[in-house]
Amino acid sequence: MKTIYFDNNATTKVADEVLEEIKPFFCKLYGNPSSMHTFGGQISRKIRIAREQVADLLGCEPSEIIFTSCGTESDNSAIKGTLAAALDKRKVITTRVEHPAVLTVCRDLENHGYTVVELNVDKKGNLDLAQLEEQIDDDTDLVTIMFANNETGVIFPIDKIADIVKEKGAVFHTDAVQAVGKIPLNLAKSNIDLLSLSGHKLHAPKGVGALYVRKGTRLQPFMQGGHQEAGKRAGTENVPGIIGLGKACELAAKNIKEENEKVKFLRDKLENAILNSCPDCRLNGDKQNRLPNTTNLSFEYIEGEAILLMLDKFGICASSGSACTSGSLEPSHVLRAMGVPFTAAHGSIRFSLSRYNTEKEVDYTIEKMPKIVNKLRKLSPFVPK
Amino acid sequence: MWDYTDKVKEHFFHPHNVGEIENPDGVGEVGSLACGDALKLTFKLDENGKIKDAKFKTFGCASAIATSSVLTDMLKGLSIEQAARITNKDIADYLGGLPEQKMHCSVMGREALEAAIENYRSGGTKKHELEGRVVCTCFGVTENEIERVIRENDLTTVEQVTNYCKAGGGCGGCHGEIEKIIEKIQGDKAGLITETPPRWAGRLTNIQKIKLIQQTINEQIRPALRAHGGNIELIDVEGDKVIVAFRGMCAQCVLAEYTMKDLVEAKLREFVSNDLFVEEDKDSAQQPHNHRE
Repeated sequence: MKTIYFDNNATTKVADEVLEEIKPFFCKLYGNPSSMHTFGGQISRKIRIAREQVADLLGCEPSEIIFTSCGTESDNSAIKGTLAAALDKRKVITTRVEHPAVLTVCRDLENHGYTVVELNVDKKGNLDLAQLEEQIDDDTDLVTIMFANNETGVIFPIDKIADIVKEKGAVFHTDAVQAVGKIPLNLAKSNIDLLSLSGHKLHAPKGVGALYVRKGTRLQPFMQGGHQEAGKRAGTENVPGIIGLGKACELAAKNIKEENEKVKFLRDKLENAILNSCPDCRLNGDKQNRLPNTTNLSFEYIEGEAILLMLDKFGICASSGSACTSGSLEPSHVLRAMGVPFTAAHGSIRFSLSRYNTEKEVDYTIEKMPKIVNKLRKLSPFVPK
Repeated sequence: MWDYTDKVKEHFFHPHNVGEIENPDGVGEVGSLACGDALKLTFKLDENGKIKDAKFKTFGCASAIATSSVLTDMLKGLSIEQAARITNKDIADYLGGLPEQKMHCSVMGREALEAAIENYRSGGTKKHELEGRVVCTCFGVTENEIERVIRENDLTTVEQVTNYCKAGGGCGGCHGEIEKIIEKIQGDKAGLITETPPRWAGRLTNIQKIKLIQQTINEQIRPALRAHGGNIELIDVEGDKVIVAFRGMCAQCVLAEYTMKDLVEAKLREFVSNDLFVEEDKDSAQQPHNHRE
């Protein structure tokens, strides 16, 4: 059975071009870039190129990029490193819909004497900017707000937010793990101070990420040890990962527009067909203002995990915000923050596409989805007669 | 991904006995849309008082559907007395086991059965009602139900209780109470696993005291406030005076009959030192929705 992979917000396939690029760095060019000999030294040149490739995609200086091990490390470094560099301020502002890599870190800050404010979102998942302006004050050290939501794809007005934060003299970090490679960026022209990204969300391997740190931003290193990454992140470089991330960024920069158009066409086709063929089905999140690859749909009266397993039987990979898929007992914090009723949150399914998906795959899923929904609704005691 | 047995998968993909029996002898409805799973069980008896037919309708995940399906299979041919003896463990065993976090599905099956039998015995008039004091307000689980899953499944930790009946799986505000119920039933066995924070009789250095105050606020006080949309912040400690600020919406807090200050003070005295007293930070006291008013 062929796998149809519609879970690209969870992770992506490593691009063939990326794999080719990193192959020599395991058995042939395995030197340590910190070494003094030519064999190791040549690797540091490769890392420099990767740094330039990442900087090109983000529109910043290569010296502003720190390589990390993943998006979560970038988020932790940005948040904890900023607070450690300024001990006189005690307030942090974030949102209720952040990824756990940010939200859990922020909630833990409360245990260390920080005031943490979580901004609300409306029914469509859009941020309340007035609340941000009201909350941000002289005691605010850091504002950390995601660029695009991993569950709904909803995009926040990051440039506007960065301007508000800058005016108040606080530091602004954005978790852009889902946005990089899908939304064109030009950080040199924005007021974003810190930006996290993750390799495996844009067709690089797992185990590599990056943190953009605007020149002049004060940040305490999170990982201490050797002098790697100009003393900002110790630890021997993940050479193949970094080179793969560089290549993936180069590919993304080259193809971003074309790919987004293709992916958006497929996403819209899938979404519209399902909304038309399945009654009592709704879209979660702002239809216009979101990533081109993501759709989050709720099916009333049935439960997400059951839908996922039925899809899985046909080789279709998706994800759900239902309680049962997380191992916790409550449905997605993002959908609840948006005020999606429990009934719909339990039956939510996210399809997230990539450039590797085909129209044939979309058509196949369009054909299966109503059958799955009908089958489960026959079992449900809540379907109105 | 959950590790389901082949039997669970078989009953999920091809469930038996789906539907509702017309003019049933017993109806049991448990769970709700909000909880994430619900089950409606109906059965019909033959002339000898044995269960002739049983059907189900279920909203829920794969294991909830599979549990309902096997339950209806198990019931057929049993007398009411025999059916009444089925436990959640029997259902889970029949399926070749369920993942630990999914055991509550088997408990839902047993509850629906119990409700249906109750309904039958009352001549079709009685609907399922919660009996006893509600301990977990997030999922509406009573003390009776918690005691029962502890006994029938020999549970010794709060985490297990959550896996088996959902109690404690929401805000976490009832963990302390669940611990007490476990201790009551399991006695010494539970004593091995429950952690009671150290009570400090001796002298503490200033640094130790402040750390312990912060820890008590983090672990004992904040979770309960957070669950009700509020929050607390430690502002400062001056000698035995602990200065705190209250944040967020506390208006609907179940603790409204106490002042927050008293509650915090009691906890700090219990866990840190009897000499402590609490003062509210001035800025915080001026905010609306505060329990002082």
